[in-house]
Parts: sequence; C-alpha cells; structure tokens
Amino acid sequence: MIMSKKENKNTARQADTTPSVDTMEKEYSTLNLGPTHPATHGIFQNVLKMDGEIIHDAVSTIGYIHRAFEKLAERRPYAQITTLTDRMNYCSSPINNMGWHMTVEKLIKAELPKRAEYMRVIIMELSRISDHIICNTIIGQDTGATTGFLYLFQWREKIYDIFEDICGARLTTNIGRIGGFDRDFPAKTWDKIRAFVKEYPKALTEFSNLLERNKIFMDRTIKCGPISAERALAYSFTGPNLRAAGVDYDVRVMNPYSSYQDFDFVVPVGTAGDTYDRFMVRQEEMWQSLRIIEQALKNMPDGPTHANVPNFFLPPKEEVYNNMEALIYHFKIVMGEMDVPKGEIYHCVEGGNGELGFYLISDGGRTPFRLHFRRPCFIYYQAYPEMIKGGMLSDAILTMSSMNVIAGELDA
Amino acid sequence: MSEELLNKVNQKLHEHFHGSVEKAELLYDYPVFTVNKEKIHEVLKFLKEDEELNFHFLTDLTGMQTEDEKHLGAIYHLHNMQKNYRIRVKTFFPMIHPEIPTATDLWPAANWMERESYDFYGIKFVGHPNLKRILNVDEMDIFPLRKEYPLEDQSREDKSDKMFGR
Repeated sequence: MIMSKKENKNTARQADTTPSVDTMEKEYSTLNLGPTHPATHGIFQNVLKMDGEIIHDAVSTIGYIHRAFEKLAERRPYAQITTLTDRMNYCSSPINNMGWHMTVEKLIKAELPKRAEYMRVIIMELSRISDHIICNTIIGQDTGATTGFLYLFQWREKIYDIFEDICGARLTTNIGRIGGFDRDFPAKTWDKIRAFVKEYPKALTEFSNLLERNKIFMDRTIKCGPISAERALAYSFTGPNLRAAGVDYDVRVMNPYSSYQDFDFVVPVGTAGDTYDRFMVRQEEMWQSLRIIEQALKNMPDGPTHANVPNFFLPPKEEVYNNMEALIYHFKIVMGEMDVPKGEIYHCVEGGNGELGFYLISDGGRTPFRLHFRRPCFIYYQAYPEMIKGGMLSDAILTMSSMNVIAGELDA
Repeated sequence: MSEELLNKVNQKLHEHFHGSVEKAELLYDYPVFTVNKEKIHEVLKFLKEDEELNFHFLTDLTGMQTEDEKHLGAIYHLHNMQKNYRIRVKTFFPMIHPEIPTATDLWPAANWMERESYDFYGIKFVGHPNLKRILNVDEMDIFPLRKEYPLEDQSREDKSDKMFGR
C-alpha cells in the first residue's frame, strides 16, 4: 500500500508512544481447536495455549468417536469381526480386512494359494494408493491448492469402482474372506485394474508437477512440523511418518506377509521428518505401489482363489443344496460355530499409516478371548503437541493433515 | 530364528534376573516371557539398554484379564529394528492391587497406551505423568473391558439364547 508522507509521519509518532513488547507483561490466550473444526478433517480436539499466533502449549483430547471395537469383538464370531476392522482406517479398509484375515489364518494355520496372495497384494496396494491420494491432496488443499484435490479424487473413485466390482461396497469394504477370496475377480475388473495402472501415472505426474517443485508449496511445508528420527522412534512412529524422518522401516520388507518377498520395490525415506518429507514419501510410495501391482499382474499365477479351510469358507450354493457335509459347514459358519485352536497371535501389516497390528488371544471358543488392535494413528498422534509447539497455528493444521490422522483409527 | 532368539534372551534374563522370569515359551512365531511384577521395570530397562538385544522400539502395550477373572495382565511387544528381533513380555498381578511401574520413562510412546490400559482395565501405572481416562468419558466409574461387565444387559429375557452365544 502506498502511503502519503503525512500518514507515514503519524504512524511513526504513534509507535514512539506505545510501550515496547519487552516491557509488557505476557498473557497467553487459550484457543479451542475442535472437536468439530472444518480444517482438522475429523473429530479432534486440541486446546492450544497461544502467544499471539505462536503455539506455546497444546493438549489433545481424543475419544469422540470411540465405538468399543475391542469389547464388541469379544462377542463376535471370527468372520464377523472383519466389519469392525473396516471402520478403523476407513481410507484404506481393505488393508485392515486383509490384516484381520491373515491373523485368523495364522491362528488356524491355513496355507493360501499363490493366486489369492497376489490378488490380496493388488487390493492392498490399490487401497494404499487411495489412502495416500487422500492424505497428499488434503495437504495440497490445506496449503490452498484445491486443484490437485479435485483432480486426483477422480482416480480414487476409480479405485473404489474396482472395490465395488469385487465386493459390492466402496468405503467399508468387508473384502475377501478368511482363507482367500469368495471368487475370482470378474473379467471386467481385471481390465479396470490394468487400465488404472496404465493411466494413473499420467495423472500422478501432473499432480507432482503441480506441487512437488512448487515454490509456494515448498516454502509452506519445509520445516513445518518436523520430528527427528530419535523422537519418532521413541514415540513409536511407523509407516510413512517414520520413513519421512529417515528410518527405513517397512513391515512389508522386514516381516513379509502375503508373498511380498516376491516383489521388487523400494522403500522411500526422507531426512527432516517435516511436512514436505511426509508428502514426498507418500508420493514415492504411490509409484512403488503401482510397480508392485504391475508385477503382480504380470506374474499372476493360475489356480484356486481360496485355501482349503472348510470350517471358515462358505461352500458353493449347489454343494449346500446337494451335499450333506457342505450343508453342515454352511450352517456352522453362518451360526458362527467354527472351532479354532487355542493360541496367542500377533500379526502386523503395513497399513496406510504404519504398522497395523492385531493381538489376538483365543481360548478355543467361538469368539476371541481378547483382541487388541495396534492402531498406528493412536500411537503417533500423542507426539502431535510436541511437533506443533513453537510453530504457527496454520502450521499445526498442516502438520495434522500431513500425519494423516484418521479419527476412526485413533478412537477405535 | 525365533527359537534362537528365545534361548538367547532367556539366557540373558536368567543371568541378570535369576528367578524373576516365570515362563519362557514360543507361541506361534513369538518368543514370550512372563516376568514377575516386581521386576518388570528393571527387565524392560535391561532389554532396552542391553547392547546386544537393544529392544529400542515399543510396538504395543496393552492390558488383559486372565480367565479366572482374578488377575490382570500387561503385555508389552518389543522390537529391535536393526536385527528384527520381536518379543512379547507379559506380567500378571492380582485385581485387588492392580499396580505396576510405568514405562513412560523408557518410551514416551507408552504414555497413551498406558492410559488406554488404565481406561479399560483399571491398571494403575505408578509414576505415570497423567494417568486418566483417554477414550471413555471421565465420569465413567467402571473398567469396561473387564469380563465382569458383559456387553449386553444379561437380565434381559427376550434375547435368551441357550444354544448359541456366550
């Protein structure tokens, strides 16, 4: 703004009479961010102690959408718990579903055919892409770049179309069964997956061009909400947030499940652990996921799509009508009267946000004796106050969206 | 690999904490150690700081109730990322005195996990900086994951099902 000389003089005179900042007594203001705030993308409450626009201290309150999944699971037969896992990280529910199926399969010692495992890998990597699309485009949205958000969400819709073809649902998928898949993917779905792998790189490249080397975006996100590797490990960070801090821990590589050892992919790591690194790690992970899907499509073996576990796998309808054995199994599965061995299992998969673990204690009954979900969001969100302290309020919003805190997973 | 690790950790724990390790077993692919409640903090500290074992990462911490409904337990999943060692450490204590030392001084990540265990099982972690409920409302006066609190009202007669369900 251009000021006249006279005005300039006036403001200078006023500045002389007002006391300087050092002599004033400091007073903090309290700001209640949430529980429902349009900028936090979910139900999170943070009570902030503000020094002007700088955050001096923060306290998080969680549990607003707690739904007692662990208690509910103690009364549900194993096959019915899949629907509970859907509702944890609802941005990538197929990974949760598969993780739960694999936990039960480990307990009953089922061996899956290669084809089922490869199909699972495709599903899991597609949902990882959709999870990262949400996180990264939301980072763009929060920095003021709505274009990428609207543009990439079309591709998330395409992934959801594929899920819909396979299981009938889009968001809370309940995909697959204990022991594999209820049937092979339809032929048109294979075409859709191939088309997605072929066409998505173009969209992702455009999105990358939009933000990755964008001066405004880089200025906004570099050094925003950083965490060092030591602190991240002490706070039990996992997944992209830990890798952004420079630790190359990935469950898919360290404890391969579902034939991940067959695939060739790179684990991207960052250095500073700030918002920009988290964004870049997720970008690169999308490329790696595409690579994995390509390899799975290329090397897809033939064969059955489910393991031989008649106690858990619904027999085909013709069998049920004509065969006594099949009818008995059908009845037992539907009524939830399957036998499981006694045992204690911890199984983890690489979810969209990190190590998603299932700790299951079975006493041989129809339901789990104890089931605990290791939810990565819940564990790393406690570092949030430490990460935003000393930063600006608008950086706190950006830090939260770049950590990809999902309320459903946080509160179980 | 798992058996090797079980023997290695078991031997080390026996050398340093003679008699405090009540049970060492292999459950599926996981070495599991049941440790006396009195020594749990020292054992965890040793496992974290020992140069060879170096379980620097707390994967998970959760509570449980035993089948006799008289004891509570705390379960720690520890991880050494460089060598990919994973173990589980358990400790049990009577429900009348559900007190064990906190692990927040070893891993800051234990903070919320201990609050969660307190919230659902009433395990009191002595020395915890801020031990209050985390997912449930503050006014709640029960510990809901204990088996004495059934999921549905057991006095209901319209839903009695003697053949299925428990």
